[in-house]
Parts: sequence; structure tokens; C-alpha cells
Amino acid sequence: MAGDDIHRQAFREEADELLMELEASLLELEAQPGNAELINKVFRAMHTLKGSGAMFGFDDIAVFTHDVESVFDRVRNGEITITKRLLDLTLGSCDHIKWLLETPDAANEAENKGPELLAGFRSFLPGQEPQGAPGGTDDAAAPQQELEKVESIYRIRFRPDPMIFSSGSNPALFIEDLGEIGACKAFLYMDKVPPLDEIDPFLCYVWWDVLLRSSERVEEIQDIFAFVEDQCELVIEPIAREDEACESLISKKLGEILVERGDIDPEILNSALSSQKRLGDILTSAGIVSEHQVESALAEQQAAKEFKDRRAPQTPAAASSSIRISAEKLDLLVDLVGELVIVQAQIKQAVAKSGDVFLNSLSEQLERLSDDLRDSTLGIRMLPIGATFNKFRRLVRDLSAELGKEIELVTSGEETELDKTVIERLGDPLVHLLRNSIDHGIESPDERQAKGKPRAGVVSLSAEHSGGEVIIRIADDGAGMDPGRIRAKAVERGLIAPDAELSDKDVYSLIFLPGFSTAEKVTSVSGRGVGMDVVKRAIDQLRGGVEIDSQRDKGSVISIRLPLTLVIINGLQIRIGEEHYVIPLSIVEECVGLSRHGGPADQSQIINLRGESVPFIRLREWFEIEGTPPSIEQIVITSVDGMRVGLVVDNVIGEHQTVIKSLGRIYRDVEGLSGATIKGDGSMALILDVPGLLRAINEQPATYREN
Amino acid sequence: MSDQNVLNDNQYLTFTLERELFALNIVSVREVLELTNITKVPRTPKFIRGVINLRGRAVPVVDLRMKFGMGKTERTVNTCIIIVEVELDGEAAVLGALADSVQEVYEMEASQIEPAPRMGARIKAEFIRGMGKSGEQFIIILDINKVFSAEELAAAFDPQPAGESREA
Repeated sequence: MAGDDIHRQAFREEADELLMELEASLLELEAQPGNAELINKVFRAMHTLKGSGAMFGFDDIAVFTHDVESVFDRVRNGEITITKRLLDLTLGSCDHIKWLLETPDAANEAENKGPELLAGFRSFLPGQEPQGAPGGTDDAAAPQQELEKVESIYRIRFRPDPMIFSSGSNPALFIEDLGEIGACKAFLYMDKVPPLDEIDPFLCYVWWDVLLRSSERVEEIQDIFAFVEDQCELVIEPIAREDEACESLISKKLGEILVERGDIDPEILNSALSSQKRLGDILTSAGIVSEHQVESALAEQQAAKEFKDRRAPQTPAAASSSIRISAEKLDLLVDLVGELVIVQAQIKQAVAKSGDVFLNSLSEQLERLSDDLRDSTLGIRMLPIGATFNKFRRLVRDLSAELGKEIELVTSGEETELDKTVIERLGDPLVHLLRNSIDHGIESPDERQAKGKPRAGVVSLSAEHSGGEVIIRIADDGAGMDPGRIRAKAVERGLIAPDAELSDKDVYSLIFLPGFSTAEKVTSVSGRGVGMDVVKRAIDQLRGGVEIDSQRDKGSVISIRLPLTLVIINGLQIRIGEEHYVIPLSIVEECVGLSRHGGPADQSQIINLRGESVPFIRLREWFEIEGTPPSIEQIVITSVDGMRVGLVVDNVIGEHQTVIKSLGRIYRDVEGLSGATIKGDGSMALILDVPGLLRAINEQPATYREN
Repeated sequence: MSDQNVLNDNQYLTFTLERELFALNIVSVREVLELTNITKVPRTPKFIRGVINLRGRAVPVVDLRMKFGMGKTERTVNTCIIIVEVELDGEAAVLGALADSVQEVYEMEASQIEPAPRMGARIKAEFIRGMGKSGEQFIIILDINKVFSAEELAAAFDPQPAGESREA
């Protein structure tokens, strides 16, 4: 039974993924209802859910999905067109399948939306009793699907018009597209290519014969060439169905193929056959077909053979290209690699002390290896952020419906990779920010129209790499923020002094303060004044930063900077007294010396850095470290949220690859520290969380400044 | 006597703080370490001395003497860190406790253990699970989960973390 549970669990995971894909496809379908590929995707996802569901004993899912699948089969065949009602129903059924997955045994009748949904779907299926027994059509549908699955071999002759380039088309791309719908073998004919000095680079001289093995129908293949239909000569002929294909094709004689392709007449073939030379040679020397054509025909024979050979092993090969690993195993691996990196650093230090040349070279090799191992292990944990983005499509759709706004979500940079943990912990803050953009940012359609903007607002979500960080932007083309109103609110709430001088950017960042909310109307979505400070805190915890830029009536952009990984950081090791600390290198700008008796600057806690005044914090005092500081201290200049702050330390030791260790439950609430790391000698050094540190200092400004 | 195969619930690790003899049930003790470098965590209660590296994990170390108002534990050849497993908010947490010296594993039947005295001890009565005896000397058996309860730790953090000394 235990093994059974594992399989059921595996199915749940698979189903979760399928549902996510399904949802994404459905939402895309809403935007482009005629897209055959998307319809197919939906159909396939439903089909897989049905099949695997039945296999692993999720019968209610299998039964339920069956009818949805049947409807989409009809959509696929063009009998039903996609409507909003159908999409709503299908999205609803996604939710229902999720519900079935979570509560497989206790089918709580009150919550069961299945019958209602099914009734809705059945109305799309003519000739079916609305109350018909579920699963009744199982036998009828099955053979039909099998029919669909059969693959055929097509011969496609594609002779683009010489002028095809002038329309901006690249004929080679069509051949690539063919490769995407099935296994394909293309033969390029260059017999029309003139000698080099006669070539006009704006003309297309080449043409193709393509042998394609695909389950798509002729019309779908034709669709690929839809844009150039009138600029090429296109012949698509199914030459064989999969089952019979290879046998007949392999046994086919070269001559037959050439005749069939219209390259020669049967009579010529016959007369040619009467001589005793090899057929290809005869035809070529007679100038009837080019050498190339013969080669192509021979290749066709060969290709058919290959298709046949490939048919059997193809499926397992595709399956082994990726495997599924449990997250715990991966975490364990990362932990172990972390340990290894620490031990390696210790070995390096010990070896450097011993001065042994041989050991030294071994230690260097070990360092290289462990660095590579670390990088590839961390690489395994990297996931594209696209899946997270896709989850938001549904959120945006539902929210905009709820608020009566028209909103389009545009995403880009889905392939950007981030550490799994970062992605997981990023979900909630992003939801908050998106909700804010939709609720506060985008105006109602009428308001937008009055402003001369399109009725539908656009919220865009993008991710990109920038140095060692990832930047995620949430932009809307809504009303933008009103610095005056934010300011007034902040003064009213006592968050800033009425005469405080703040740049617009500083004003925007006020909304991240706890207890701030400008929305006059509290909606179910946002505006309770919780949220933005939670967002800020969550992002700080991920060692990231957040920034707002906004223009009145143009919209707002919220940029989130995030580190690639949470496991290892590059740190700058510093010393204060006997204590060692690590400052994340990503926020360090430079290090400068500070003379202890530096005159008035010493009192004001501000240093003049090339004309810019930069405040600094004496870590020794804040951390209450005993002893006297050296006469010349160092200031590490850091940049936090666009502001420069100096940290005064005794000594800067150097860069240090830092494996981050949690300080655990007891130190969870300590502000200003994000963890600990193990030094070369085996003792621990604490990692500073500079934004948190500054927050803590700002929270008790009076006591600190009195010092 | 009790069954040898069962992990004995009546075995206790005895250790000293100043002159007094204390004991912890062996079930909650993981291991005993020599005193190593403790990394101070700034702006935290003084009785939590900092963290040590326990095979790659950061483990907080509590100075029991300071916790019980006996003054700071000084480093001697006998100073040890007893690694214990406690339950904090329903989660298992590993902590280190500083002891002046670790004595032995001592067996006491439940009948040999008397309830904690209501008064007279320097330590809060709720920290004491009972009193045992070794020869003429009393053994204070600690309830480690009470000593390191979430409330105890939170109380230490809450009122102006380490703020008192700065005002002085």
C-alpha cells in the first residue's frame, strides 16, 4: 500500500503541474480563441489527467475530466467555438479537479461543484442527455482518440518564389517550424543557384523536399505556410500512415518514388530500366533528373527506414531527459555541498600555513572542484520564474472581473532563473504588489477613457538578470501615485515631520512604512494598510530591495532586486575587537579609512565622501563591543535602497565565500543579523543584515544618538 | 532494577554550577563538548552567550549560571557545553548549556526523588523537577524544557534588548 501512496502522490504532483499548464493555456486561449495549438494543449492536458487519474484510482477525476475532454475534442474539430462561458466552465473545472485531488475520499456534497459543471459541459455536447450517466461515452470516444494519434508520413515540396525575401519571410524558418510538429528530414535543392558572381542576394534560389512524420493533419501543416501561400509552390502529400508507411516505403523502388514525385514519367522510367546500368546513374547521365534529386529520393528511402527504427525507442529516450527529485533530497545535497565548501576553506587555510607545495596544489584542485560542485548544485535548485508568473494570470483575471476593470497582464523574462526558495517566498509579496497595482493603480475603464487612455489597463510583470541579481518589475499604466497625497498622509499619521524635505522617490517609499494606506476606500483586495510593509519586510528577508517610480497618470513601476540564491553569498569579512562579521558584498561600495579624532565630523556621525555627506554607524558602539578602537578605523560604505551608509569597523579582512547558516529559533527576532557562517578556523562569524540594522537603529534613534 | 534494553528514564547526567550539583535527565542530553569559541551575538540577553559551530550548525549556548543569577561562567579546564534537545513552541531545538564541570551519569529511582521545595532554593521553583540525593549532597534535577521555554527566552529578549547597560 505504501508504494501505492507514492504513486498517488506522484500523480498529485503531476496533476498540479498539468492543472497549472492548463490554466495558463486557458487564459491564453481567452486572448486568442482560435489558436489550434492551445486548444490541443488543453485537450492533451485533460486527456492525461483522465488517463493517469484512472490509472492511480482517482476515478472521480477520470470521470469528471472525461466530459470536459469530450467538449474540447469537439472544439478541436471545429464543431464548437471557444466562448467565455466555456472558458469559465473549464477554469471552474480546474478548480474542481484541484478540489477532488485534495479531498479524494470525503466527497462533501455541498462543496461538490462537479454535477453543476458537468451539466454545463453537457450542454455543449449534442445528442447527450444532460443527466446522462457520466462515463457513458467512454467507449465511443476512445477509438476516435486513437485515430487522432496515428502518425503519418508526409512529403512536402516547398518551392519558395525567388522574390520571397522581399516580403520579409525567411523560408528556412518554415522548415524549422515543421520540425516542431514532428520528426522531419529536409532536403535542400541548390541546383538553381547560379555561379557566385551572378547571385542576386535578394533572390531565393533554393527549394526543399521535406519528409515529415507527424500526427498533425494536412491542413495544420498547410497552416505553417499560411503567410507565404501565394509566394511559393507548396505540395503536401501524405505518403503513408505510420503502420503501413515504413514497410511500403522501404520496399519502394527508387524509380517508383521518382515517378510518384512527378520527377520523371513512367515511360522514361521503363526505358531507363531496360538498360542495365544503375538506375540513378542512368537517369542522371540522361539529364532527366539532377544528381541531387536522385540523392534526395535515396535519402527518402533511408529516412523512412530511420523513422521505422526510431519509432520504438523514441518514447523512453524523451522520458529520460529530465527526472523528478524531491525537494528534501535537493536541500540535503545543498547542505552537504555547503559543508564541503567550509571544510575546503579550512583545508586551504591549514595548507597555506604548512607551506607544503604538493599539498598546496592538491588544495587548489580541491578548491576548483568544490567551486564547480557548488555552482552546479546551486544550479539544480534554480527554477524559471515563469511558473510563478503564470499563476498570476488567473489572479489578475479574477480580480479585474471582481473590480469591474479591464486588465491585461503582460509577462516577460519567464525563463529567468532564481533559487527555488526565493521563488517560493516571493509569491506572497508579488501577489500583494499585483493586487495593489490592479486595485489602486489601474483606473476604471470609464475613467481611463476620460483620460484618453485605452479602456483596458496593462499590468506588466517582468524579470531579468542584472549582475549577480535578478530584477523583477511590476509596472502598470494606471493613475500613478500622488506624492502630495502620500506626503499629507504620512504627516497626518506622524510618520514624517511636516517640514521634512523628501525627494519624490523618498515619498513613494513611505508607503512601505507600517500602518500606511492612502486608499480612501477599503476594498476586499487592498487598502487595509497592512501589506506594503509586509512586502518590504519579506523582500528584505530575501536580502533584496524594492524601489518605486511613478508618474502621474502614466503609471507606476515597482522594481524588486533579489539575490540569485540564499544559500551562499559573497561576503566581506570585517573585524571589530575579537568579533568577526560578514557584510554581503553585493551592498558594499567601497572602504575608506576614518581617523578617530577627525574633528567635528566625528561628532556628527557623517563623513564627507568626495563631496557627498554619508552618515555612518559605529558598529562597535551599536554592538556594545568592549575595548578601545584602533586609532585608524575603516568605514565600509554600503548602499541600501539607494542610500549610502557607512559602517565603522576596526579592520577589513577580505572577501569570503559565505555559506549561510540560520541562527535558529532563539535568534529569530534579532534585528540586523541574517545568519551566521563558519570561518576557516571552525568558529562562527555573524552575517549582517544591513537594511534590518538600519531599521533597528532608526526605531530607537533617541537612545543611540545620545551616545 | 530496570530493563537494560530500554533507554532509562531514571538516568541523570550530573554537573556542577559553582558548588552546587545539578542533574538533567539523560533523555534530553545529546552530547557533552569541551568549551570552544563562542561567537557573541550582539544586542541579545547576556545569559545567552552566543553561538557555536556544532558540525556546521549554529547552536546557541546558554550560560546557566547567569540564568540562575550565579554570575558569569569562567573558562576553566573543566568547563563544558552540554548539548540538550528542548522543545520550543512544539519544535525541537538544540541548545548548549554551560556547566562548570560534568560529573557522571547517575541513576535515581522515581521514589528517591523528592518534590522541589517551595522556597529556599535560589532557583525558580518551576525550573526544578525534583530533588535527588547523592550521598549527603542534594542534586537539583532541572526541568530543561521549563528553563528554556519560549516564554523564558522571549522574556529575556523583550524588555529593551540589552538596553540597560547603555543607559548606565
